[in-house]
Amino acid sequence: MSILDWFSQKDKSSVVTEKLNIPGNLWIKCTKCAEVLFLKDLDLNHKVCPNCQFHFRITPEERLKYIFDFDSFQEMDAHLKPIDFLKFEDTEKYVDRIKKAQAKTQKNDAVVTGTARLKKQDVNVGIMDFAFLGGSMGSVVGEKISRLIELGVENKNPVIIFTSSGGARMQEGIMSLMQMAKTSAALHKLAKVNVPYISVLCDPTTGGTSASFAMLGDVNLAEPGALVSFAGPRVIEQTIRQKLPDGFQRSEFLLSHGMVDRVVQRKDMRETLSRIVAILSPVACEL
Amino acid sequence: MKKLDFEKPIVELYDKISQLKELSKEGGMSLEDDIAKIEKRAELLKKDIYSQLSPLQVMQISRHPNRPDTLSLCQLIFDHFMELHGDRAFKDDPAIVGGIATLKKHRVMVIGHQKGHDTKENIYRNFGMPNPEGYRKALRLMKMAEKFSIPIVTFIDTPGAFPGIEAEERGQAEAIARNLREMTGLTVPVVSFVIGEGGSGGALGIGVSNKLYMLEYGVYSVISPEGCASILFRDAKESERAAKSLKITAKDIVDLGIADGIVKEPVGGAHYSWQDTADAIKKVIQKDLNAYKKTTDSELFVEERYQKFRQMGIFSE
Ligand SMILES: [Zn+2]
Repeated sequence: MSILDWFSQKDKSSVVTEKLNIPGNLWIKCTKCAEVLFLKDLDLNHKVCPNCQFHFRITPEERLKYIFDFDSFQEMDAHLKPIDFLKFEDTEKYVDRIKKAQAKTQKNDAVVTGTARLKKQDVNVGIMDFAFLGGSMGSVVGEKISRLIELGVENKNPVIIFTSSGGARMQEGIMSLMQMAKTSAALHKLAKVNVPYISVLCDPTTGGTSASFAMLGDVNLAEPGALVSFAGPRVIEQTIRQKLPDGFQRSEFLLSHGMVDRVVQRKDMRETLSRIVAILSPVACEL
Repeated sequence: MKKLDFEKPIVELYDKISQLKELSKEGGMSLEDDIAKIEKRAELLKKDIYSQLSPLQVMQISRHPNRPDTLSLCQLIFDHFMELHGDRAFKDDPAIVGGIATLKKHRVMVIGHQKGHDTKENIYRNFGMPNPEGYRKALRLMKMAEKFSIPIVTFIDTPGAFPGIEAEERGQAEAIARNLREMTGLTVPVVSFVIGEGGSGGALGIGVSNKLYMLEYGVYSVISPEGCASILFRDAKESERAAKSLKITAKDIVDLGIADGIVKEPVGGAHYSWQDTADAIKKVIQKDLNAYKKTTDSELFVEERYQKFRQMGIFSE
């Protein structure tokens, strides 16, 4: 699966994002156009390069800040923690990988879920964190996403999930695969009660995550330039032994192939989401 | 028939036995005692070898080119099987097959991955790796089954969904995801068997079932041991370790609560007797369909399936 790309390439923009989090580092070079950017300006611009519109990867906290009503987010299920139930050990023990990721992100696992307000409309929100083991989906991610969706079934508020994930978490073996079915099953319940689900595909969304809840939005949105795929580009290249075309599996490619409804600039995300929610939501809202 | 490395000592012994039999016939020598001794040894060796296979060796059996395929099993299990083709949108995917069948008094919709037994067949079947249209055909048939209240049986046997340019263009991820969601809501029972290789999302795409059975030497995994080795262990040669760590054998999958049972195979694997394998599967299908026939509220099938998957996951709270 395409988490391969994360492990073997150690993606450029994630390295940059890590750098961005080091205090005192005032300047940064854009990953795409190499323009030197003043960090403060970049932050004001929602971490989008003013020169080339490259969307840097951001943390769930930043996404909440940019998109939802100030201080409206109420987190839930933050206490759920992963367990190394297979005693999985590769070049590193899974328990150690977990510890490191927790220290790095200050989170127990790769998704943050809860309720928030979007231009005064109540919504249920999930945001994946790519910095936590490549945003991979194991039992905790699957459970938190499922509970979030079930909350939507209960409170009838729209569900919005921002995905950023290399796919299933190999260290949890077959159990991680089953999270695909679990989350999709929850979405079936949500669909039955006619509550809107909006999926926002962020860089990157691949493998088991794209092949489950990420592609199942009533409306699928994508950030510009995000890699969204089932199989990762490297896996495909190895299989068919030819170079892939430019822009392959990027948001714009998905748009032209009918897989997403809109590609939305980060600065427009709040406005776009709130309009979709207002129109689709069964809870009547003022426009 | 292709012999796997660990089968060689057994094959050698059996070769010796047939040689001795020839000798005793031709030369009129009485070698009965010796033959009986060696036969006994061969049996013991066989039991010994197959009782302590490593997960990677089990995987080799699950991928054996002479293992029974979905269409052959359909012929051996059902009274009448009629294949139905196409997704009604793009094309017919030969890597997933399906059709209507009867089994005694039961009507059945059968869907499964289809591998070949030689290079030519495998190229036609794309080695059992479906494109999006395969999953869409499967879903079309499942919806038809639901419409006419026909129980569904699926046979899982794929290295995974095909990683290719066109597959991505036509929405491989969406096709699988949609199947996962829609299978959840089917108002008919779904019984699945991993008859060979259960490769990741490509397997699960027809595997959201009320009951899941592993064939004894079938495997089910989130990623191939080879893929896992090259990513996590940074060394493709570590697939033995990866296979062990991933917990992919029938027993592992049952122990983790994912599968409901194991279907015994002939000693050495399903490729030694397709008929015995088919009979064993048939028994399970009959037992389950008989039981499900008593359920009158079709929403119970949905609820049973939902609860089954809902409780999958191990974490601390
Ligand atoms: Zn730039």
